[in-house]
Amino acid sequence: MSKVLMKGNEAIGEGAIRAGCRHFFGYPITPQSELPHYLAKRMPEVGGVFLQAESETSSINMVYGAAGAGFRVMTSSSSPGLSLMQEGISYLVGAELPCVIVNVMRGGPGLGNIAPAQSDYFQAVKGGGHGDYKLVVLAPASVQEIIDLMQVAFDVSDKYRTPVMLVGDGILGQMMEPVELADEVTVPEIPAKPWAASGLKGRGKPNIINSLYIVPEVCEELNKKLYAKYEAIAAEETRWEEYQLDDAEIVLTGFGTAARIAKSVVDKARAEGIKAGLIRPITLWPFPSEVYARAAEHTEKFLCVEMNMGQMVEDVRLAVNGKKPVCFYGRSGGMVPLAKDVLAEVKKIMAGGAE
Amino acid sequence: MFKRPETLTDKQFHYCPGCTHGIIHRLVAEVIDEMGIRDNTVGVCPVGCSVFAYDYFNIDMFQAAHGRAPAVATGIKRTLPDRMVFTYQGDGDLASIGIAEIVHAAARGEKITTIFVNNAVYGMTGGQMAPTTLPGQKTTTTPKGREKDAAGLPVKVSEMLSTLDGAAYIARVSVHDPKHIMQAKKAIRKAFEVQQAGLGFALVEVLSTCPTNWGLSPKESLKWLADNMLPYYPLGVYKEPAEVK
Repeated sequence: MSKVLMKGNEAIGEGAIRAGCRHFFGYPITPQSELPHYLAKRMPEVGGVFLQAESETSSINMVYGAAGAGFRVMTSSSSPGLSLMQEGISYLVGAELPCVIVNVMRGGPGLGNIAPAQSDYFQAVKGGGHGDYKLVVLAPASVQEIIDLMQVAFDVSDKYRTPVMLVGDGILGQMMEPVELADEVTVPEIPAKPWAASGLKGRGKPNIINSLYIVPEVCEELNKKLYAKYEAIAAEETRWEEYQLDDAEIVLTGFGTAARIAKSVVDKARAEGIKAGLIRPITLWPFPSEVYARAAEHTEKFLCVEMNMGQMVEDVRLAVNGKKPVCFYGRSGGMVPLAKDVLAEVKKIMAGGAE
Repeated sequence: MFKRPETLTDKQFHYCPGCTHGIIHRLVAEVIDEMGIRDNTVGVCPVGCSVFAYDYFNIDMFQAAHGRAPAVATGIKRTLPDRMVFTYQGDGDLASIGIAEIVHAAARGEKITTIFVNNAVYGMTGGQMAPTTLPGQKTTTTPKGREKDAAGLPVKVSEMLSTLDGAAYIARVSVHDPKHIMQAKKAIRKAFEVQQAGLGFALVEVLSTCPTNWGLSPKESLKWLADNMLPYYPLGVYKEPAEVK
């Protein structure tokens, strides 16, 4: 193992390669550009394929082709690009194809801006495209965690035959941190994919990659199958971080960059005698609802910190289920919450001045 | 002996009487059989009347989102470069919603084969105007006939794609009579051979009928194609690499 300094966006690419991904299809968009730049150089070095598509619509459909052929494959984009991919993502879910999709989120709506934001939480965890489905959504908060979660992303995706999304933001994508990397790139064991449509090659029965279920009874069966899968994922794959939770009177929560800020606020609050703690969901779906329900038994209040107008806070409120007040502090449009402002909010809440 | 090609399943086609999709399916299947590539070929079908082609071709198949078959085929070919990959697309799918995908697959010289079925109308959704609907042609969304000021003029796909350097083989054929059917089969074979030789992107545009949405009998449809489509969409080889001439 060696310690290397890496940019978040590059770590996504290197993490994918370490996880056995050798195919990347993408379209340029800021603030994730370092990732395709990195892979354009890196993929050929490991015998892989980098292809710049004509649009995000095409990227995601190239992913559909590569995933259906049985390969570990990835695409990445930023907010508006993800909107364009939603149809394809729905098809990937319908055809039960594994793949990894990265969203380095930026300010929105519309063209918005290229500054860091978390404005696509709803899009990521509530479906995004048409139809009845969910994505597994991973939200790293450090460059090391990006590397680690890329392996999880591909493994979970293959295990359940479902697309997995990894969300970050411009800060996480652009910042450099030291990461532990194995000196050698080894190809991990990738599960067999007997369902792949890769040419008969002596197989008697053709494989078909399809999301058309013209008979309603059959389509309902697919939906039930997907939801049984989601139940298993929720039971097996939910991830989160807890910090200073045991005696916390106020629980801060957030994901990714916002959670890092919230964590620093926990320390600052404790230094001033306020018993603060943190819950950081690492999987945004499945959401670690039980952790909030448990915390609600002993804490007084929650404060959800996000880089948007309040999206994850809805899931926190569902999890807390009215047992304790859940407050919200957010900055949006590419603005980032400052620790001092979040701390002021914590003090206000603990003084009974905010809901 | 006349028999079903191995590359076709025994599933009965759902196509309307007089529709030429069945003929074109058979030509593609015969070519795959005759080239001995059934074991090594992956097909991609579109959204439209031929959406169920995955049930008819007896090989590994993909069903792609509307217009995106060339992108899906690219994903397959780039992961499995030794497989033969083809898309089967109609005019709404290829020339309207999927025009970016086909242009860029051709421009990249993607080593795939596209069978482009042009019957000048949207079939499955109920006879709406397609990008290839002829001037003056009546459809459910051009009830007085396609007027150029309101609805523009047709896209000539073969002419357009043959301007791209990445396109290796582009031909337009028709299936309105036995002589043309035989010529169409030759072009389809060539389009697969171009891919096999790794020469680049290959497309065969096949002029086809839609008796149901044209409001004509099967026999009248064949005549309508010959009388109206052939003058507007000239048949011929638009681009051909020297290696397969």
